[in-house]
Amino acid sequence: MKNNPILRVISKTLFAPIILYGLYVQFHGDFGPGGGFQAGVIIAAAFILYGMVFSLDELKLLAPPSIVHALMALGALIYAGVGIATFLLGAEFLNYDVLADYPAKGQHYGIILVEFGVGLTVASTILGLFMAFAGFDIPKNTARDKNRKAVGRSQNKRASDD
Amino acid sequence: MIEWMLHLPGIIVVIPLVMAIIVALLPSRLGWLGAVIGSGLSFWAAIILALHMLEANAMTRISYFLGGWPPPWGIEFAVDHATALVILTITALGFLSTMSGNALIFKDIHDDDKGRFFAAWLLTLGGLLGLVMTADAFNLFVFFEISSLASVTLVAMGSGRDKRALVAAFNYLVIGAIGATFYVIGVGFCYAMTGTLNMVDMASRLPDVANPIPVYIGLAFMVSGVMVKAAIFPVHIWLPPSYGFAPMAVTSLLAAIATKASLYVLIRILMTIFGGIADIPLLIMQWVLMPLALMAILLGTILAIYEKDAKFMLAHSSVAQIGYIVLGFGVATLAGVQSGFIHIANHAMIKGGMFIGLGGLAMAVAGKTDFSNLAGLGRRMPLTSSGFLICGLSLIGVPLTAGFISKFYLVSAIISAGYWQIAAIVLLSSALSVIYLWRLVETLWFSPVTDVETRLPEQPMIYIPLWLLAGANIWLGIDAGLITGLAKMASITLFGGIS
Repeated sequence: MKNNPILRVISKTLFAPIILYGLYVQFHGDFGPGGGFQAGVIIAAAFILYGMVFSLDELKLLAPPSIVHALMALGALIYAGVGIATFLLGAEFLNYDVLADYPAKGQHYGIILVEFGVGLTVASTILGLFMAFAGFDIPKNTARDKNRKAVGRSQNKRASDD
Repeated sequence: MIEWMLHLPGIIVVIPLVMAIIVALLPSRLGWLGAVIGSGLSFWAAIILALHMLEANAMTRISYFLGGWPPPWGIEFAVDHATALVILTITALGFLSTMSGNALIFKDIHDDDKGRFFAAWLLTLGGLLGLVMTADAFNLFVFFEISSLASVTLVAMGSGRDKRALVAAFNYLVIGAIGATFYVIGVGFCYAMTGTLNMVDMASRLPDVANPIPVYIGLAFMVSGVMVKAAIFPVHIWLPPSYGFAPMAVTSLLAAIATKASLYVLIRILMTIFGGIADIPLLIMQWVLMPLALMAILLGTILAIYEKDAKFMLAHSSVAQIGYIVLGFGVATLAGVQSGFIHIANHAMIKGGMFIGLGGLAMAVAGKTDFSNLAGLGRRMPLTSSGFLICGLSLIGVPLTAGFISKFYLVSAIISAGYWQIAAIVLLSSALSVIYLWRLVETLWFSPVTDVETRLPEQPMIYIPLWLLAGANIWLGIDAGLITGLAKMASITLFGGIS
């Protein structure tokens, strides 16, 4: 698909707006429909589109798997960290009331932080799942790998011939 | 101090879950250390909680509102005596099997994967603790999913040694998911009829429901779903292959704690949620659970006798031991439920110890557990094998061990309820379990092998937890007050405080 200019241009153009829309869904979540889960999926969709058009290797340059794996845990850590913070401030786990000087403000801070953690984890997990399935690791320098490369090359050739 | 007490139910569950995330971020070589710290802190908090509950009277119920939202709107964690006993068992065994975890891994898991391995390990532990702690019927389903997805991952890690672990893990995943789905369908029926998800609130509204048929359907779905998770005959088929093909460390964790939490949930559903309409749950306990428990006891024991691999043998024996616990619950008297809780705690100690010991022995022979490989190891690894033997004696119920206390309370509860024939079957199966234990003893000590005098190296991180468990088996066999006392209070609480 890399050789099709229409796909390439459109996916490059759409990449940033999709992420912007994801951020809108993320931070609008405490006023209206939306939230971390939906936003995470939308942001991951932008990266998956990029990966499908420009090949998995390009995607791995853009979003290195080690960072994606770390972000999965980091998002959950933000969520749990908010809970620990409310613990230390003397309230129940995830009771946001104590995060600011009055409860409504505290609830506001709490939900934004927690949803940010959810968004981060969901986006990186979806992306990690896509990478794991698309790039199912087969040990290098084996006969099977060479075969696969040969098949891939001929398919590319056919695609460009079309 | 007293302020921290109020937060304990939350702390116990949160610590393993947070440590799981931290362990996943840390370098792999720190994974085991993080797991030990996480499970140890949780165990320490559980001890404080259990000591507090020992002094409290039977109607004490510590309630913890997650997020500060009071029930029935918010999610509630609740601790009574039944919860405290099961939490103490799970954290204790979780801690001890984590201690031996790194040594038992042997070469099953690549060094780079150890961080993520122990993250899944702590998620299993935290999920099971949440399962026991929560007082919200839907939140319970969430913890079911956390613990079972994490433990499926752990079982699949056995594929480094034997590819059949993948099939076992897949079966565990699918069968476990069906069980969880059944449970959540049942919750859906009850929610539709009562409009609440909090267990206590649901219990108070269920007797007033105008048309009870959907409630009964809901009960049937919930019980059959949890039966799958608790591996009660005939839906135990996922258990022997999962335990058999999982890495040794994972088997010692899962065999000790995984099914115990589900058994607790089963009795919670029957006696707390449906406590208000007692006749139907009683019917289920006496006419469904009891016959199935008897089948499990006989079939599990007989299959264990014919097994050629020690790990599978102990897995089949687990099915039989779960049968004993369910049989105690099925008697549905105060003493019966008490004996069920006693055996939850004792069987966790017994099986946890036996699998840790078996792992220690198997490490000396490249991780293989079939009888031909274990031959003659008894004299070559005296510390590990003797601790293993003590747990084994406790398994068959020799006097002065914890297993004897379990059997004694179970048989006396059965006899006082008037089921003479069932007591005879229990004693028969105890006698049969001597056969498979003897096969192990014969293999370990009396096999004709040439090189019996050379000592093999023994790992301190394996025989220390093993001997702690063996010591606990003896101590709680002589001075059983801790377990029997908590179990009695648990039973009284479940019967609504009428002693």
